[in-house]
Amino acid sequence: MLALNNVEVIYNDVILVLKGMSLEVPQGKIVALLGSNGAGKSTTLKAVSGLLKPEDGEVTDGEILFEGEKIHEQDASHIVRRGIFQVMEGRRVFEHLDVEQNLIAGSYTRTDRQNVRGDIEGVFEYFPRLKERRRQTAGYLSGGEQQMLAIGRALMAKPKLMMLDEPSLGLAPLLVQEIFNIIKRINEEEGTTILLVEQNARLALDVADYAYIMENGRIVLDGEPETLKSNADVREFYLGLNEVGARKSYRDVKHYKRRKRWLS
Amino acid sequence: MDKFLQLTLTGLTNGAIFALVALGFVLIYKASDVINFAQGDFLLVGAYIMFGMVTQVGLPWSLAVLATMILAVALGLVVERLVLRPLIGEPIISVIMVTIGLSSLLRAIVSSIWGTTGRPFPPFIPNQNISIGGAVIPADRLIAIVLAAILLILFSLFFRYSREGIAMRATADDQQAALSMGISVKRVFGLAWSIAAVTAALAGVLVANIIGVSGVVAGIGLRVFPVVILGGLDSIPGAIIGGVIIGLLETYTGGYIGGGLSQVVPFIVLILILMVKPYGLFGEVRIERV
Ligand SMILES: Nc1ncnc2c1ncn2[C@@H]1O[C@H](COP(=O)(O)OP(=O)(O)OP(=O)(O)O)[C@@H](O)[C@H]1O
Ligand SMILES: [Mg+2]
Repeated sequence: MLALNNVEVIYNDVILVLKGMSLEVPQGKIVALLGSNGAGKSTTLKAVSGLLKPEDGEVTDGEILFEGEKIHEQDASHIVRRGIFQVMEGRRVFEHLDVEQNLIAGSYTRTDRQNVRGDIEGVFEYFPRLKERRRQTAGYLSGGEQQMLAIGRALMAKPKLMMLDEPSLGLAPLLVQEIFNIIKRINEEEGTTILLVEQNARLALDVADYAYIMENGRIVLDGEPETLKSNADVREFYLGLNEVGARKSYRDVKHYKRRKRWLS
Repeated sequence: MDKFLQLTLTGLTNGAIFALVALGFVLIYKASDVINFAQGDFLLVGAYIMFGMVTQVGLPWSLAVLATMILAVALGLVVERLVLRPLIGEPIISVIMVTIGLSSLLRAIVSSIWGTTGRPFPPFIPNQNISIGGAVIPADRLIAIVLAAILLILFSLFFRYSREGIAMRATADDQQAALSMGISVKRVFGLAWSIAAVTAALAGVLVANIIGVSGVVAGIGLRVFPVVILGGLDSIPGAIIGGVIIGLLETYTGGYIGGGLSQVVPFIVLILILMVKPYGLFGEVRIERV
């Protein structure tokens, strides 16, 4: 459904961030994209959704195909209409709008406007907590509620492909679990294909059908979650486990840094 | 008592007109962070186009209003496209200088077409006096209040409930997030400028209907600064309520204390209010949470 072939992205004409990034997201699946800070995960998503332009970034090489069509030269509003919706890192709800107005903003590109009301109720079925707060100003919601709203806003666009950038960021473990369950449900019930960017590798590998690991602007490892979970490097660097499966100690962190350089 | 009523009605007329002008000003500021010093000249252009349509082209006034609105929208779009869009990302001070330049340009165009001497406006609103509870108020003022109020209500509903209105507020909140919804930010800017131009042009027509067409009409535009600062630069309800408050304050001071002070007292009140509420009465407080 979505394919990136050797994509190169440059910011401000000089900063090369993606260096031959390739990845594939098959229809109906959940694909996880893992990697440490600054690896280029958010940049990858923005390259797909056309959001690089306001940050002075540009796809300078390679191609991005969605359902066989090249999309990397199109602008964001066209890409959303094509069926790709990105839930940006850090939630980015419209602070001064209320919950319902945020959801209406999410439905902006819909052509079947008579169904929007009903779909708002549909979002409230996934997130009952938002229903109680439908008239509340989004800026005053808790972090978890804002994340729910950000995902609800994406649901309102009825995308074929939903890209989520670190939905677990800054949330309590229980809430993270809840959000992940809902992501899984959206995939199953709406048939939405999902590309999930995460720091929380353990949870991401639990819900994903396939996973990629990126370092320094390219993919270094990919495979089925089970295969990756048993890979020694992944266990150590992303799951925080050493060979015997115990939590790693502080002393191992130095080793981690050394190994990591080698890995990339 | 009837002096009070008289002053209140006059104040409300002025206030409603201020509110219309302030609405457009706030809209542009909210959407694109631009302070538009040419807002007053949109009033001037609107008043003269209406004048031209009625006295020179000979249109009936209903068609003339329509034509004025269409030309105002066109003007707003042209200004946004040719003047403001190329400046996106430039320092705010250059953008402000450009709107000041635009103001002189519009004024020059108007005076080269219609000259600089003031003229009476074709009376399209019947000019009789109506007495309400002992106060005598000219019908043109009353109609100005009603028309301005209808426009303000329509726009408030538009921003609260319509898809485009919500998209405009969303863009004002977070431009990149708005883009990620598929909202076209260019379209939002164009819409903000055309709404600002059309509300200003209509305000210009209402003003000219009361005081005639001349350069003075543009001066009303400058009076929006205390209004928007009072209401909050980025608040649509603030623009409306700020307009009404300033309008009333001006006429009350003029009526009870003396004409000379009517422009001063509002500023004193303004300073007092800003000491308590630095974002203005309704200005959007920066929401900060961790
Ligand atoms: N607008 C920008 N201009 C210049 N450099 C940028 C810009 N955005 C990102 N970068 C750089 O690109 C690199 C990758 O950034 P990106 O945000 O894609 O990383 P990430 O994998 O999402 O990291 P994180 O997990 O911290 O969110 C970083 O080194 C960052 O400094
Ligand atoms: Mg990121």
